[in-house]
Amino acid sequence: MIDTIQQIPLNYYILLSTVLFSIGILGVLLRKNAIIIFMCIELMLNAVNLLLVAFSAYSQNSSGQTFVFFVMIIAAAEVAIGLAILVMVYRNMHSVDIDKLQNLKS
Amino acid sequence: MVQYTFYFLSLIAIISAFLVVFSKSPVHSVLYLVACFFAIAGHFLLLNAQFLAIVHVIVYGGAIMVLFLFVVMMLNLNKESDSQKSNFVKLSAIVASGFLLLTIVASVKSYEVTDQMVSPLKGQGTVQSIGKELFSTFLLPFEISSILLFAAVVGTVMLAKKEID
Repeated sequence: MIDTIQQIPLNYYILLSTVLFSIGILGVLLRKNAIIIFMCIELMLNAVNLLLVAFSAYSQNSSGQTFVFFVMIIAAAEVAIGLAILVMVYRNMHSVDIDKLQNLKS
Repeated sequence: MVQYTFYFLSLIAIISAFLVVFSKSPVHSVLYLVACFFAIAGHFLLLNAQFLAIVHVIVYGGAIMVLFLFVVMMLNLNKESDSQKSNFVKLSAIVASGFLLLTIVASVKSYEVTDQMVSPLKGQGTVQSIGKELFSTFLLPFEISSILLFAAVVGTVMLAKKEID
């Protein structure tokens, strides 16, 4: 880890997390399949996790890693609930296309 | 050596993240997302967060992605009948995410992040140190998260079971 901190600036990790987060945003905006939108949300959560671990390593404070652990717990709960909702939606609408989910509109 | 590992893992992470967004079939997206998660776990190892790397592989690569794969295959979504969005929406999505990237990069550039070393602690990301933190400082959130997981299990069962007619 000391090698990593000495050889790689913190900026590189910030840049990498930003790129991953933006790709997640791009997927959420671009795709219509609800499952892929879910996967892009996971991607964004992971970008934030990576940034938290990088900050925790560079400031020599392991509280950040504990926080990442809690983020993982939340993500697991979120995925379980979200996929159950998606299965219900598919059972009722026979599609997971988000453009067809406009029953509340009229 | 560390630098090349960093560049290699970053390249894998970014390319597979792009392929998650742009691949046609959802099953391929799930598999590329697994590759991306493994690359991020490699980054955790590089930052000496061994416990988090293992948990990441088990929870994300094991549990969550298998759940995704099961749902994709159960709903039989593997056909490429995904109706496309209009070109205007696509263009605006790309422009919006590009501007987000630009804004964050510019703000980080103007901030001058310091790389100063603090006195290094030994064994920072090991199971021992994380466990000590979890069961002393973060004991209450740890217990509350168990309640959250229990609520998630109950909610999932309630949502996914067929309604009794």
